[in-house]
Amino acid sequence: MIFAPLVFALLFIGGPAFAGPPTPPEGFRALDTPNDAGKSLSLVWKASPSDTKERSIQVWAAASPQAAFKKVAEFPSNTRYVKPGDFPWWAQPAARGDHYLKLPSSQAFPIADGTPYAVKLLVREGDQEAWSDVVQATAAPNYFNWAQVNNLVFVLAFTGVLLGSIAAARRNPHIRLRRIAGLDAVEEAIGRSTEMGRPILYLTGSGGMDEVSTIAATVILGEVAKKVARYDTTLKVPHRDPIVMAVCQEIVKESYIEAGRPDAFKEDSNFFITGDQFSYTAAVDGIMLREKPAANFFMGSYFAESLLLTETGASTGAIQIAGTDSDHQLPFFVTTCDYTLIGEELYAASAYLSREPVLVGTLRGQDFGKAFIMGVLVLGTALATVGAIADTEVVSYVLDLFKDFK
Amino acid sequence: MIFLKRQLPLAITFVMGVGFILQYYIPHPVSEDAITTVSKWMQIISGFALFLGLASLFHVHAVKIKRQVPGWGYSLALYVGMVGTMVAGFWNHGETMADGGQTAFGWLYDYTMVPLQGTMFSILAFFIASAAYRAFRARSREASVLLVSAVVVMMGRVPLGQFLVPWTWDVTQWLLNVLNSAVRRAILIGVSMGAVALSLKIILGIERSYLGGGKDQ
Repeated sequence: MIFAPLVFALLFIGGPAFAGPPTPPEGFRALDTPNDAGKSLSLVWKASPSDTKERSIQVWAAASPQAAFKKVAEFPSNTRYVKPGDFPWWAQPAARGDHYLKLPSSQAFPIADGTPYAVKLLVREGDQEAWSDVVQATAAPNYFNWAQVNNLVFVLAFTGVLLGSIAAARRNPHIRLRRIAGLDAVEEAIGRSTEMGRPILYLTGSGGMDEVSTIAATVILGEVAKKVARYDTTLKVPHRDPIVMAVCQEIVKESYIEAGRPDAFKEDSNFFITGDQFSYTAAVDGIMLREKPAANFFMGSYFAESLLLTETGASTGAIQIAGTDSDHQLPFFVTTCDYTLIGEELYAASAYLSREPVLVGTLRGQDFGKAFIMGVLVLGTALATVGAIADTEVVSYVLDLFKDFK
Repeated sequence: MIFLKRQLPLAITFVMGVGFILQYYIPHPVSEDAITTVSKWMQIISGFALFLGLASLFHVHAVKIKRQVPGWGYSLALYVGMVGTMVAGFWNHGETMADGGQTAFGWLYDYTMVPLQGTMFSILAFFIASAAYRAFRARSREASVLLVSAVVVMMGRVPLGQFLVPWTWDVTQWLLNVLNSAVRRAILIGVSMGAVALSLKIILGIERSYLGGGKDQ
C-alpha cells in the first residue's frame, strides 16, 4: 500500500516519459527575417508542454521541396524561445513564448536573396521521430529596421526640441548659464602666459575630425585663439592627425583675422608630430619641458597618454585646463589639472565662450533631453519593479518603447 | 569664394550627416555598401593628408635647424631617424622579415620603436604614483572621502588585501557597482546628449565655427 503513492509521484517526476511520442511542431512557418540585410530566414513554431531537453529539434533545409534536404541545425526542444526584450512588441516575428530560430546564410547552407528555400523540422526523442510539413520562404533585404523606429522618433523629437529652444533663445537671448570654472579660467590662463612671456600649448586630443570631441576641441581652439591674438601671445598646437591640423590652421587663422591681428598669425603654430600615441606624447612632453608653456589646454578625447601629458605639465608649473568626454581618463585630468571640463561641458564650451544666443539655446534643449531621460529612468524603474512584483509582462509594452533594439 | 569656403562645405555636411543618420536605420546592403565606400574615401583622404603632416614636420624642424634655435639637435635627430627609417623601409619594401631573417626596417622597429614605446608606457606607473599622492592628500573633506574609498578599493582588489580584511571585497563591489557606476552613467548620459546636440548643430549648420571664422561670414 505504501508504494502506491510513491509510484504515483514517480509518474509525475518522470513527466517526460509520459509526454508521448514526438509530434510535428504546431504552427510551424518560415519567413524572411524581418529588419535585416537579407540572406537569412526565420523559423517560428508554437511551444509545446512536451518540450524537453531529451527531445531534440533538427532543422532540415533544401533549395527546393524536391531537392535533397540537409541538416543545418539541431538543439533541445525546450530552447530557442522568444523572450521579453528579444524583439519590440511592434516588430516581433513570433509571439512571446513561441520558438524562434534565425537561419543565417552559412558555408554549410548558403542562402541567397530572392530564391525560395524549403525547410522542415524533425522532432526526435530516442528512436521516435516526427517530421513537420515542408514550408517555403524567400530571403530579402529590408529598407527600414522597424525595430528601431522608437529610436528614430526620439531623434526627431530631440531635433524638434533643439530647434524650438533655438527659436526661443532668439526671441529671448537672456538665458542664464551655469558658471563653468574651467572656461572662466581660460582668460586667466592666457593672461598669465602673456605676463610670463611664455607660450600657450593647446592639444586637440587623439581623435580625428570624425569624433565629436575633436570637433568640440577645435571649436574651443577658435575662441582661445581669438583671445591669444588680442593678448599677442604665442600659441602652439601640436597635432596627431594631419586633417585636424589642416582644420585647426584654418580656424586659428580666421580667429586672428577676426581679432584684427592677421599679422600676428604664424602658419607653423599648428604643426604635425606623429600619429603614434607614445611618440606624440614624448614629443609634447619634450616641448613642455624645454619651452615651459605657462598654460596647457587638453581638449578632446584621450587614452593612456593623458596622465603622461598632464603630470609633465604639472611638473613645469603650468596652469592646466582639460576637457574630455573620455570618462576613463577623467580621474587623471581631475587629479593633475587645475580645471577640468567634465563630459558635456566640453560640448557646451563653444556656447559658453561665445554667448551666441543660438548656441546657448541648444544647451536648454539638451537640458530638456536630460530631464526626459531622468523621467524615463524613474518611470522605467517603477514599471519594471511593478512588473516583477505582479509577475506580468504588460509593463514591457511601455518599457519596449525606451529600449534600443538592433 | 564664399560658396567654396562656406556654403559648399555646409551643404556637404548636411547631406552626408542626414544620409548617415538614415543609414543607421537602413539594414539594406545598399546602406552597408555606402558606409564601406565612404570609409575607403576617408582612408584615401587620410593617406593624402599624411603628406600635409610630413610637410609640416619637415618644415618646422628644418627652420629650427637652419636658425639653430636652442634644442636644434633634437630636430636633427628627428631628421636622421625619420629619413633613416624611410630609407630602410623603401629598401626592404616595407617588409620586417625577409628570407627567414629580420630586415633593417624590422630591426629598427623592434629595437628602437618598441623599447621607446615601452619606456614611455612604463613611466605611467611612476606618474600614477605621484598623481595618486597628490590626489589622496587629505586636505579637505572630499579628499578624505576619496582617500578612504581608494584604500578600501585597493585592499578589495588585491588577494592579500582581501585575505587581511575580507569585508573590503564587498565594500569595493558596492563602491564600484553602485556609486561609481551611477556617476559614470550620469556623465555618459550628459556626454551622449551633448554629442547628439553638437552633431545636430553641425549637420544643421548652426555650429559652423569649425570651418573657421565667424558665423556670419
